[in-house]
Order: sequence, then structure tokens, then C-alpha cells
Amino acid sequence: MSNMIVIIKKQLKDTLKNKTILIQFILFPFMTVLMENAVKIDGMPTFFFTKLFAVMYIGMAPLTATASVIAEEKEKNTLRVLTMADIRPWQYLCGIGIHIWMICMLGACVMSTTLPAEKIPFFLLIMGTGFIISVIAGASIGIFSKNQMMATSIVMPFMMILSFAPMLSLFNDRIKKFATVVYTQQLMVLFDEMTFRGFYANGITILLVNALLCVLLFAFAYRRKGLA
Amino acid sequence: MIKCKNVKKSFGAHEVLKDIGFEAARGSIFGLLGPSGAGKTTLIRILTGQIAPDGGNIRVMGMDPQALSGKDKKHFGIMMDNFGLYERFSCIDNLGMFADLYGISRERALSALREVGLTDAAKRPASDLSKGMRARLQLARAFMHEPELIFLDEPTAGLDPQTMKGIHRFILEKKKSGATIFLTTHNMEEAYRLCDRIVLLHQGTIVEAGKPEEICRRYDHQKRILIHLADGRDAVYERGGKDAEEICKLLRNEKVETIHSTEPTLESVFLELTGKNLQEDA
Repeated sequence: MSNMIVIIKKQLKDTLKNKTILIQFILFPFMTVLMENAVKIDGMPTFFFTKLFAVMYIGMAPLTATASVIAEEKEKNTLRVLTMADIRPWQYLCGIGIHIWMICMLGACVMSTTLPAEKIPFFLLIMGTGFIISVIAGASIGIFSKNQMMATSIVMPFMMILSFAPMLSLFNDRIKKFATVVYTQQLMVLFDEMTFRGFYANGITILLVNALLCVLLFAFAYRRKGLA
Repeated sequence: MIKCKNVKKSFGAHEVLKDIGFEAARGSIFGLLGPSGAGKTTLIRILTGQIAPDGGNIRVMGMDPQALSGKDKKHFGIMMDNFGLYERFSCIDNLGMFADLYGISRERALSALREVGLTDAAKRPASDLSKGMRARLQLARAFMHEPELIFLDEPTAGLDPQTMKGIHRFILEKKKSGATIFLTTHNMEEAYRLCDRIVLLHQGTIVEAGKPEEICRRYDHQKRILIHLADGRDAVYERGGKDAEEICKLLRNEKVETIHSTEPTLESVFLELTGKNLQEDA
């Protein structure tokens, strides 16, 4: 446990010094608060920007940050130094995952300030679930990548689909059909209703299948590449 | 402290280590000398449990490296050329994080920085450090928790002579305080100066082993004495017989400026054994 805390502390310090990662955590919460307060158009769905940016946040920040952090440690060989200092792979991965999840949740809390108080717990629950799936997917990519450049090029298509498909599905039915199988689209559905009522077996199955796929992808990457 | 017998390692069809065997005694500096690509780093990675050998028997501190637990590895200090630093962290933060992992105080990390002469750079990010400073920081990280056994992989490669000297001094101090040091280098002067025992590695095979001075004496085929005379001339003498008397006479008459034996350097020994220079790739 103490080793994991050291990793979380290290990562927190590193995030504050790493502008490219930091901006991903800050951008969407900032944009949400700004747009919700600055743009008021008649007929616009309620909390439109909060819902839209929340889904984009889930599909971008944890995915890219997790993949980038792990790939950088592999590339610079700091991960090897950590493993020689009694850090087990699970401690490292949990430490990184927990750190990124917590920072994202902090961003989600900022986003939730635009919502009425009674909707906040539901919003945070859905955000938290989405972050977990994205962190696992990001970790798989990070493990699979040799370096940061490779991680970025693998992350990019995933990120585009996860972040933009729900937004584009608002305007295009074909994309909507395709996006149904993506977990961020299902989260978008939940955000639209802000309740589990009407979220039936189909949506739950898609979410679970997505989560399972990410876990399987992670297991495959870890078995193939390990952390060394 | 380290015992190896018939250690083998191949990467695909390429045999990197062939029947390697040696012993490194506790409290000594053991040197593995060889050109780039000779198998030095592979051997360190095997000894520290990072990779498994294909065959042979290895004992590090009485244990099989593959069976070493994380706690056992805390008795090691490792400085490898490719072991990175946290670039965005300051020197003290780089060490502080490992101090937390090793369960030692931050003061100890600070004193490790002092020992390697990086106190003034304590708050500078690692990305701003020169090559020599980075090497010293890595050295501080390897020694900070006062391990019993330290692996140093080419600790002075590519450094300027002054930094190199400082690192040598530091290594010798650590030896005095009881640490066992396993050092790889292709710098024969470094090996001669620091090591109690060395092995010469070439294309994965040990070509010679022993104390550096002993090895040099063993390959002194000329067995002659070179004398630089006071009048500026150089003269070569045999070690016994008439020449010995002549040397005594020169010494008595204060005609001798310097005396040298003709034993070769480790570099020459390596060249004689392998036909290759230590600076060349294997």
C-alpha cells in the first residue's frame, strides 16, 4: 500500500509539472463552466455543454493520460528502476490508475457545479464509471506501446471515436447507429436522462461488454508485453 | 557475494554469454571488462534478476537472482546507463521518491546529493543537468540506501576526466565503507585503478581473469627494464645477470631519471588475447 501511495504522490507531482497532461485534465471542466455560463440559446437542451463535454472528457483525458504516462516511463526506463526498487507491476498500475481517476473526478466535480444539486451524485457516478473503463483502455495502450509516440498514434483513433462519436451522433443517424456500441454513447444516453429509468438491458449490456473488452485488452497487452 | 558457473544466454541465434564463471568477494570491487557488445550489460541484467539465463548456476548474496524478492532487491544498488531519471523532477525529488520507497529519510537523500557534489543543483530539474551531473545523480540514487551490493554499468562512459575522477573517488569511498561493487567498463585505466579483480570478456567468453596487476605481469613477455637516463637517452635492460649489475651501477652514479618495467597495459593484454581493441565493438 505504501508503495502505491509513493506512486500516486510521484504522479501527482509529475502531473503538475507536465503541461501537456495537465491541460487535458483542466480543459474540459474549464470549457464546461465557461460555455454553460456564457452561451444561453433558446431551445438548446438543458445542460447541453456539461453533457457533451463530460462524454468528451471521459473519452479523452483518462485514455491519453494513462497511455502517455505508462509509455513515457517505459521509454525513459524509469519503470525498470521502479521495479528494481520493489514496486510490483500491480502497485504501479493501480497507483497510476487511481491517480488519474482521482484527478479526472476532480475535473468532474468542477463540471458538476453547473448542475442542480440533486443531479450531481448521479452525474459523478456515471463519470466515475466512464473514467474506470477509459483508464483500463489507456493502460492497455500504454503497456502495448514502446514509446510515447507510439502510444499517441494508437490512442488517437480510439480517442476520436470515443469522444466525437456521441457528439456527431446528435447530428447524424448513421453515426448514431454505429456509436450505440461505444460506451461513451451509452453514457451520453444516461446523461441525457440523468436517471437510470429507461436505461434498459441493452444499454447495460453494451456498457458491460465495453468494460469487459477493455479488461481483456489489458490482460492481452500485459501478457504480451508485461511492464518491463 | 556473487558466484557464477557456466552461465549461458542467447538472444535468438546469437549467443551472448558462453559458459561464464567467476566469483566476486564481499567488500571488493569486481570489474567486468570488455568492449561494447561483449555481453557485460546482459550479465548485469541476469545477476540482478531482470532476465533469466538459459543455463548455469548463479548465486547473488547466496540466492538465485530469479528468486529474489522485491525486498531482497532493496539490498542492491543499480546504476545502468539506460536507467532513466524523472526529467521534470528536481534532483532532490528524484532521490526523495526513492527514499520513500526504500524507507529512508529525506535527509539521507540530501546527504547522498552532498556526497556526489550536487547540493547546489538540488532544486534543478534533471532535464537541465549535464551528462556528468546526471551520472552523479544516478550514482547517488544507487548508493543512497547504503546497499550491500552495487552494480555499476559503465558508470563513467563518455564523461570528462574530472567527473570521472570524482566518481572513482566516490566508488572507492563506498568500498571502504564495506560495499561490494560489481563494475562493468571498457576503460582499462578505470578497471586497473579501481578493481580488486577483473575478468576480460570478449564475445561472451571470459578470456582472462585475476587481479589487474597480476594479469599485466602474466603477459609481460619481454621481462625487461626500461631506464630513462639523466643524459636523455633511453636504455633497455634484462632483469638479471650483467644487466642487473649495470642498473645498480647507474643507480649508484645517479644517472637514472626513471625506471619502468615492460609489463603491458590491460588494453595490450586484451589486444593480445582477442586481436581487438577495447574501444572497438565486439
